[in-house]
Amino acid sequence: MAEYHLHSPFSEEDVRQLRAGDVVRFDGLLFGIRDLTQIYMFDQNHEPPVSLAGAPCIHTAPSLRKAGDKWEKICVGTTTSTRMDRFTPDLIGKYGVRAIIGKAGLYQRSLEAMRKYGAVYLAIVGGSAALETQQIEEVEAVYWEHLHPEALYQFRVRDFGPLTVAMDSHGRNLYDEVRAEAARRLPGIYEKLGV
Amino acid sequence: MSDFDYNIVEEAAKQLYIRALCDLPPDVRAALKKAHARETRPTARSVYEAIFKTIEIADRDKTLICQDTGLPIYKVSIGSGYPWNGYQIKTRLTEGAKRATLEFPFRGSSTHPLLRVNPQTSVGPGLPVFHFDFSESDTLDILMAPKGSGSENMSTMRMFTPGDGVKALKKFVLDTVIGSGGNPCPPGIIGVGFGGTADLVTKLAKDAILRPVGQRNPDPKIASLEEELEEAINASGVGAMGLGGDVTTLAVHIETAYTHITQNPVAVNTQCWPARRARAIIRPDGSVEYGY
Repeated sequence: MAEYHLHSPFSEEDVRQLRAGDVVRFDGLLFGIRDLTQIYMFDQNHEPPVSLAGAPCIHTAPSLRKAGDKWEKICVGTTTSTRMDRFTPDLIGKYGVRAIIGKAGLYQRSLEAMRKYGAVYLAIVGGSAALETQQIEEVEAVYWEHLHPEALYQFRVRDFGPLTVAMDSHGRNLYDEVRAEAARRLPGIYEKLGV
Repeated sequence: MSDFDYNIVEEAAKQLYIRALCDLPPDVRAALKKAHARETRPTARSVYEAIFKTIEIADRDKTLICQDTGLPIYKVSIGSGYPWNGYQIKTRLTEGAKRATLEFPFRGSSTHPLLRVNPQTSVGPGLPVFHFDFSESDTLDILMAPKGSGSENMSTMRMFTPGDGVKALKKFVLDTVIGSGGNPCPPGIIGVGFGGTADLVTKLAKDAILRPVGQRNPDPKIASLEEELEEAINASGVGAMGLGGDVTTLAVHIETAYTHITQNPVAVNTQCWPARRARAIIRPDGSVEYGY
């Protein structure tokens, strides 16, 4: 298990060096997206007004307040990623996103896109919004404001993490491995429980 | 009827919601420390380090632990030694939950089930969820729990037949927990209901997650079943946040009720690692004592 400190936007080399189980922290650019952001992009064909190339995208619906023209953070946490699996291959393939940050992981088609284009899934600790919010230095922009709290958010972060590389660009998916290991252990557990 | 000032109940309902969201109960903190001490996998250990930092920041800044402020649940025990006004209690608790949301302020998550319109108040028709009970004391005892969706979405219920036996119940609990993987933000509390009716069994499972972590069922047979299921779940290796590890649950809590001779119901209510709850005891003199 190696530890990395990176600067975002990421290059292909940045993410190709990461292996499942490594721990990552980073500074720089982070986009926030959610279900509706991606429905708007992919199902309703709206082009993002900003380049997502090389950036990490976190699955979030942040609590923010607007003071004049400026958005301020209240609480930014992470939601379950599995719901948004179907958008991910295009996010990576078409827009060049290099990392998806979320909880509970994604599925096979996303893993394929990560292998093909060079991207990773970084697992954050769900429920730890207090920590995450502290690591966000600034809400730099909110695009598609009418979709708030599921708009497109541009954050600047510092020492963001710890994030576990749960899906890498070499075909490994820690969630699949944990599920397979649990399935392997299950008959023995059933036997011990007498079920 | 008495002339009790029910603004006290409303204020307590508001404070309870905010306290629950920001201040994790001591038994949950202790259980997380114990889980961390037992954990051998480096990935899982880094999850606990983030958890402890989160709790520290929430304590220091009096801020939300998790952004999912959930749906409010109030479990109320009304003492019959004082003429408490039940209607006032219900309306004031509702108002307090709404005020917590608007005045803190935090994101409201209640929504119309078909139209999906969110009033941003955490309440609405049918909410908060109330569990009312009665005691012989003269106090109003209110336990508040904000329930987030990551964990609640993994909850299950099934009506087995008597012929399926206890075996089916045990397997159902295990399969529910292992099947939900990292979704409910493990390691949390697994609340289990055995018996009752279809509605009562799910209420029992919810009651079970509201107990302090590791407080055993007073019936030794049920308590040993709790231990057995805990060990089985932790043997799965699902681990913290489903990334693999030695601890998948902090505790299994079981609540039971008598059931029909033809029924064998089971329900599982999953609770996440921020197993949030807060408690207030209100006395007839208007004093409020906060705890967990």
